[in-house]
Amino acid sequence: MRALLTRDLMLAIRAGGGFGLGLAFFLIVTVLVPFGVGPQTELLSRIAPGILWIGALLACLLSLDRIFALDWEDGSLDLLATAPLPMEGIVSVKALAHWITTGLPLVFAAPVLGVLLSLPVPAYQWVVISLAVGTPALSVIGTFGAALTVGIKRGGLLMSLLVLPLYVPTLIFGAEVARRGAEGLGVQTPLLLLAGISFGVIALLPFASAAVLRINLR
Amino acid sequence: MSLWEYANPVKFIRTTDKVLPWVWALTGICLVTGLVWGFFFTPNDFRQGSTVKIIYIHVPSALMAINAWLMMLVASLIWIVRRHHVSALAARAAAPVGAVMTMIALATGAFWGQPMWGTWWAWDPRLTSFLILFLFYLGYMALWEAIENDDTAADLTSILCLVGSVFAILSRYAVNFWNQGLHQGATLSLDKEENISDVFWFPLLVCIAGFVLLFIALVFLRTQTEIRARRTRALLAREGQA
Repeated sequence: MRALLTRDLMLAIRAGGGFGLGLAFFLIVTVLVPFGVGPQTELLSRIAPGILWIGALLACLLSLDRIFALDWEDGSLDLLATAPLPMEGIVSVKALAHWITTGLPLVFAAPVLGVLLSLPVPAYQWVVISLAVGTPALSVIGTFGAALTVGIKRGGLLMSLLVLPLYVPTLIFGAEVARRGAEGLGVQTPLLLLAGISFGVIALLPFASAAVLRINLR
Repeated sequence: MSLWEYANPVKFIRTTDKVLPWVWALTGICLVTGLVWGFFFTPNDFRQGSTVKIIYIHVPSALMAINAWLMMLVASLIWIVRRHHVSALAARAAAPVGAVMTMIALATGAFWGQPMWGTWWAWDPRLTSFLILFLFYLGYMALWEAIENDDTAADLTSILCLVGSVFAILSRYAVNFWNQGLHQGATLSLDKEENISDVFWFPLLVCIAGFVLLFIALVFLRTQTEIRARRTRALLAREGQA
């Protein structure tokens, strides 16, 4: 399991594009938003938490097809499937690797990009916390989508269509935490619900992803 | 005699062939009576005027939009557990019907909302969750289309249906939390003191029955078509080999 994790991390770093691409995409989305809605500071600071969340979500989505596609093409996924590690374990490790290479950097980048969007001061910690709690859910749900579409050529668009509706609850609660934090309201309820979703999908969704992957490898 | 006999495609087609004309006839009767009764023989609402009559399409289609997904969920479960092909095909057949019902509910809702709320669309929890449901239908149908192998497609879509159901319910409660609604609460519950007035209730009931029957008829017909299409493909493949 640890070997698989290090392998995936190594591949993501050395093959290039894994680490940097998601971050660059996140940066570009946040840079484009002021062009779209205008540079007024008060407007930007009001929508900043939501923009950061949507940017993080899209950056996550962009890198999902890397989770299984390459391993599927060169056949290492078949080898992994015949390895003693259960499929659920493989899927979980893949999701973890995806989170470390995509979700975690986004969490650290968010406050920096918050400056660009003149994020209100009290919101910084809540944006970081909500992303830290929510991005694991994005990775796990995304792994499910990637497993579903792994056998399909050019399945990227289809995967977005499948995964984005599944992201709705996470996005709602995550953005709500950030928004309430920005306005100085209590954040406990949405934060707990967000954590509930994260833990719930981490606990249950790998079984679905593994089942799907087994079907695809049949 | 058990329900599982209908898992046999031949038996399924033979039975539904016998039943279908009756279902169609009943559908026609119910829809015509319900709609004519509702549109022409019920009073206008004292506040909403004649727009209240949209209810005869809006409510039944919204009901069927949810129940179609529920039926797909049950059919998917049956496919996963017992692997009856008819079940998977029925789920596939129901998806577009459900999607159209969702669209009808959204569209009639917009036509109703415009004069009543002064807006075509509001980010109300009910409206939003219906839009999300529509997206789920789209994804489900797209996945069916994208996969070439029939059994793989059936397996993957049924798992998507299960996972999607959980997330659809989650989204339903999440959007409740996220915004307050313009949409009224339930007015058709069986256990409440104050419900919609009987004048509107009875024609509405007939319309709902009509929509349920219409859904059943369409799903039967589409499932038959799917079975026959698959059979044709199998025959063609066999001829190609010979």
